Amino acid sequence: MKSDNMSNLIKNGAIWGFIVLELIFFQIAGEFWSLSERAFMDLDNMLLLLKQSAPIGIIAVGMTVIMINGNIDLSVGATYALCAIVMLDSMSWPFMESLGDWAIPLAWLFALLTGAVLGLINGIIVWKTGVDAFIVTLGSMLGYRGLVFMYNGENPTYHLNWTMVDIAEWDLFGVETPALVFLAVALIVWFVMTRTVHGRNAYAVGNNREAAVNAAIRVGPHMLINFVLIGFLAALSAVTFYSGSGSVNPNDGMLFELWAITAVVLGGTKLIGGAGSIVGTFGGVIAIQLLRKGLGHIGADTATVNLVIGLILIAVLFLDRQLNVKGKEELKV
Amino acid sequence: MAEKNLDAVGRFLARQGILVAFVLFMVGFSLWNPRFIDIDNVFGVIRSSAILGVMALGVTFVVIGGNLDLSVGSLMSFSAIVVLDLHENPAFGPFLAIPVMFAMTMAIGALIGFLVGYLRLNSLIVTLGMLSAIHGLTLTWSGGQNMDIANQDATWFGVFGRGTALGIPIPVLIFGLLAAVLAILLAKTPFGRKVYAVGGNGTAATFSGIPRARVVFFTYLISSFCVATAGLIQASRTMGAQNTVGQGMELEVLAAVILGGASLLGGSGTVFKTVIGVLILGFIQNGLLLAGLQFYVQFVVTWVIIILAVWLDIATKRGKLWSAIA
Repeated sequence: MKSDNMSNLIKNGAIWGFIVLELIFFQIAGEFWSLSERAFMDLDNMLLLLKQSAPIGIIAVGMTVIMINGNIDLSVGATYALCAIVMLDSMSWPFMESLGDWAIPLAWLFALLTGAVLGLINGIIVWKTGVDAFIVTLGSMLGYRGLVFMYNGENPTYHLNWTMVDIAEWDLFGVETPALVFLAVALIVWFVMTRTVHGRNAYAVGNNREAAVNAAIRVGPHMLINFVLIGFLAALSAVTFYSGSGSVNPNDGMLFELWAITAVVLGGTKLIGGAGSIVGTFGGVIAIQLLRKGLGHIGADTATVNLVIGLILIAVLFLDRQLNVKGKEELKV
Repeated sequence: MAEKNLDAVGRFLARQGILVAFVLFMVGFSLWNPRFIDIDNVFGVIRSSAILGVMALGVTFVVIGGNLDLSVGSLMSFSAIVVLDLHENPAFGPFLAIPVMFAMTMAIGALIGFLVGYLRLNSLIVTLGMLSAIHGLTLTWSGGQNMDIANQDATWFGVFGRGTALGIPIPVLIFGLLAAVLAILLAKTPFGRKVYAVGGNGTAATFSGIPRARVVFFTYLISSFCVATAGLIQASRTMGAQNTVGQGMELEVLAAVILGGASLLGGSGTVFKTVIGVLILGFIQNGLLLAGLQFYVQFVVTWVIIILAVWLDIATKRGKLWSAIA
């Protein structure tokens, strides 16, 4: 029992230990290799890091819930792009232009609704047809991306509104809007997952679907709500990012699903469902962003960043397996 | 007797639903537009599907073995960049570049096979990690630059992508030949039966004395061989490549394999069905273009077709249209 607690402690604390290691490493390595005069662990730099991790982070929070359910969503990148296009394009519709700055909340609403509807479509298909979520969202990843391209061809969609940019760059004690949204989303979903019936059901469904059905949990609607949630969060991520940037390319958001899944897995969520936490995912998101930023700080290029993140993902999987198997007299096959 | 035959036909149709749909689609479209079935058009479609098709052949083995391979797109970019770079290197030239590229690509395939087969790590995450890592490797190799063959007239390298033999485009020949060889390997050899056994029920396979790890290892080796072939065709066809030439193809490949009727749980699927899946994707794209629709409509249509195909497949198996999820 005691060793069980110990191994749980190691597992839950691992991601934070990793983050501390990263911080120390890049701080020291930065002294030698960095061309920048600034220290890596500078407050401004850390705040910037939080802001930059927001787009993937917001999606990763939703992905955690989906993966605790034992499902997966590969369509979030395409959803992200489509919602961004809806938001920016709607700003230049004639009736919206006549509204002045009041068009902004309306544009956000359109984008968030789009995201929720796209999630709803995935959820209904998963629920009603019984096709595996991996296949359903693999299909809609192609389909939603097709819609993105049908909207405006290969041209970028842009609409720059300075009020919107001001909102996106507003800050509270130096923490800018995207970072605030990320923190708020993580906090709310953490509360839902740890303190509410819906959260408890999410673990139950992922752990043992049969048992969940027997315990009178309505598995279909439950999963549907989670798919709507991740669609909504993908839209929210697009809203926070593109309010500031004002221009979206049809290829934007590609591979986002893979980054989000990477962060979630680093944070300790199991692919088979039933285990995982929002706090862990938060750590996973920060760890990845630290790695990208830190490697950039000491002068490594994107190639090295990709290589290192890929290898770390595999190493984490290996270590996790070693930790789990130990002491669990598993059948050796 | 006649009734019995009818029953058998019905069962055949239910089992080969995707093939039936394909034939209906082809007949319908050719009646509407005779150009669709024109021999040049047909070869054109198969040729443009060949790269995707060759990769799908390998992934079929991996999927039947009960695993996934998300790294094929990234690995294809790698092999195309490597073969082009070595081709331009006077120390190698085309004769050495091709075998060296195959060896390097298959070494990466062997690494994935080792991680998934022998270390028993989750294939989705491993190949996701490899997708990123191989992309990094490709960027390092190319220095972020596009690769081009400087003197395109002086080399025979273009034959794999641009040549024809007996009036048939070489990529189509490679695709057909590889499909035939792999179909025999999967359907007629002990190795093929072991792949089905491992994917169908890994524990039972182990208890039957089937070396599970080694079988999974070889499915990834076959997959990487196919990816190297696809990379060769791609590089030869365009005589140049970007670092991201294969980006996103892993999911299109998987779509073709699933459309062919392979289950992601493993243990089912055939090479022939995958070829049908690839051709369906190719001909739909072509048909929509001939119908004057936007290029991107094909993605939406593919989405609908994948969902319908898999849904009908499992609906037939469970005998009910709607799922039993409460």
